[in-house]
Amino acid sequence: MEWGPIILTFKLAFITTAILLVVSIPIAYWLAFTRSRIKPILETLVSMPLVLPPTVLGFYLLIAFSPSFFFGRLLNEWFGLKLVFSFEGLVIASVFYSLPFMVHPIQSGFSNLASSLTEASFVLGKSKITTLFKVLLPNIKPSLLTGLVLAFAHTIGEFGVVLMIGGNIPDKTKVASIAIYDEVESLNYGTANTYSFILFAVTFIVLLAVYLVNGGYMKRFLK
Amino acid sequence: MIELDVHKKLNTAEGEMDLHFKSVVKSRALTTIYGTSGAGKTSVLRMLAGLLSPDSGKIIVNESTWFDSSSRTNLPPQERKVGFVFQDYALFPNMTVRENLEYALASKNETKVIDELIDLIELGGLEKRKPDTLSGGQKQRVALARAIVRKPQVLMLDEPLSALDQSMRSKLQDYILQLHKEYNLTTLLVSHEMGEVFKLSDEVIVLENGSVRQQGLPAELFTSRQVSGKFQFTGEILNIQKEDIIYIISVLIGNSLVKVAADEREVAKLAVGDKVLVASKAFNPIIQKIG
Repeated sequence: MEWGPIILTFKLAFITTAILLVVSIPIAYWLAFTRSRIKPILETLVSMPLVLPPTVLGFYLLIAFSPSFFFGRLLNEWFGLKLVFSFEGLVIASVFYSLPFMVHPIQSGFSNLASSLTEASFVLGKSKITTLFKVLLPNIKPSLLTGLVLAFAHTIGEFGVVLMIGGNIPDKTKVASIAIYDEVESLNYGTANTYSFILFAVTFIVLLAVYLVNGGYMKRFLK
Repeated sequence: MIELDVHKKLNTAEGEMDLHFKSVVKSRALTTIYGTSGAGKTSVLRMLAGLLSPDSGKIIVNESTWFDSSSRTNLPPQERKVGFVFQDYALFPNMTVRENLEYALASKNETKVIDELIDLIELGGLEKRKPDTLSGGQKQRVALARAIVRKPQVLMLDEPLSALDQSMRSKLQDYILQLHKEYNLTTLLVSHEMGEVFKLSDEVIVLENGSVRQQGLPAELFTSRQVSGKFQFTGEILNIQKEDIIYIISVLIGNSLVKVAADEREVAKLAVGDKVLVASKAFNPIIQKIG
């Protein structure tokens, strides 16, 4: 067994989760507080990865990132970025794929806070940014933790998207879930079992930690 | 001076209501907006604070325009310099009592006013506690202090005492009066408690179904005819009992129960739960020092 796929999996999960945290807070804030009419549309788009087969998402990203397509060519020519069959491409695809798992807990955290907290902060002369960082975020720590862990765990578990746009390149795109599939295909059940067990154990521990830290919170969110 | 003339369509439990509030509130006075629930009292405060935008009209405070629909002026709440005590207190759960007060400061160095407020409102000893561990009355005091840290042009209190019991309420009323005087505040209080209105306010604005019905001194508005009694109290009728040819009415005044004799004609107009004025002018009350 090689450690490469396991290390790559966690590297991917860490980077994806970090990017998701930054990206999801503004999206969740907007979704929680907007009265815009296009809110349902954006909400639907954010939730799509929950129900869409990962291969569909992977297929469209593959098309979009491919150098023969306008967007992919643009990235390639302007930034020298090749997103198909590369680690960078995996990160971006994972961000899309795990987006709802980060946005939803944070959004429901924001919505469950009494609106008078925000109003009190505004009346005390504080801007929206100050209010966000000093009042709102510190009071939704359980939601943030839930989001972080779910996004992390979900990224570890992805398969279809990676297979579509990442392929199976050792140390670049060969993550643990792909490696398992690979080993099974070659009838190396023992190695497949080692990889599987590591993923199983890590996922179990991570989720257990959230349940323990947040108490009843997860129940409300997953309902 | 606060000049308000605002219109707002509100969706209430009883359907759509057209709120039209037109009034002038004096500076440095404690003015109460009185009315039954659903009369639009809180909405008036929220419009003044900038938390709710009126459909049309004007809000002018100390000669500066905060809202004017004709020139599309609408200052955000951050620029209005008001203090607002919310019904649910809205203390920040992640901060201690002291941090809640410090958050209100414009610059971190003016902690003098915070020490002063903590002293005045007797919050010493609670400074390091989180809001979750405080009683209702304590939360209320912190919320009050926090609203005053910025020395607001208008202090607004939205039914601040509705969740407290009678004895706590009376103590907090004293705090409100004390702070109002100490800091020379222009205070607007929303209340549906007649006793509270009598005790606290210099002036009352009576709001009914979304429009101002009356404005004036509390005693003038709440008693149908002028009583020049030597002493008078407001209370609530708890019981009316017939004894031989007269009736005994039990009235709760503050915390004490007073029994008043009345004849049949008087009783006919009264019912249990009515707010009444108990006054006497024929007697000269005796005052004795207690203890």
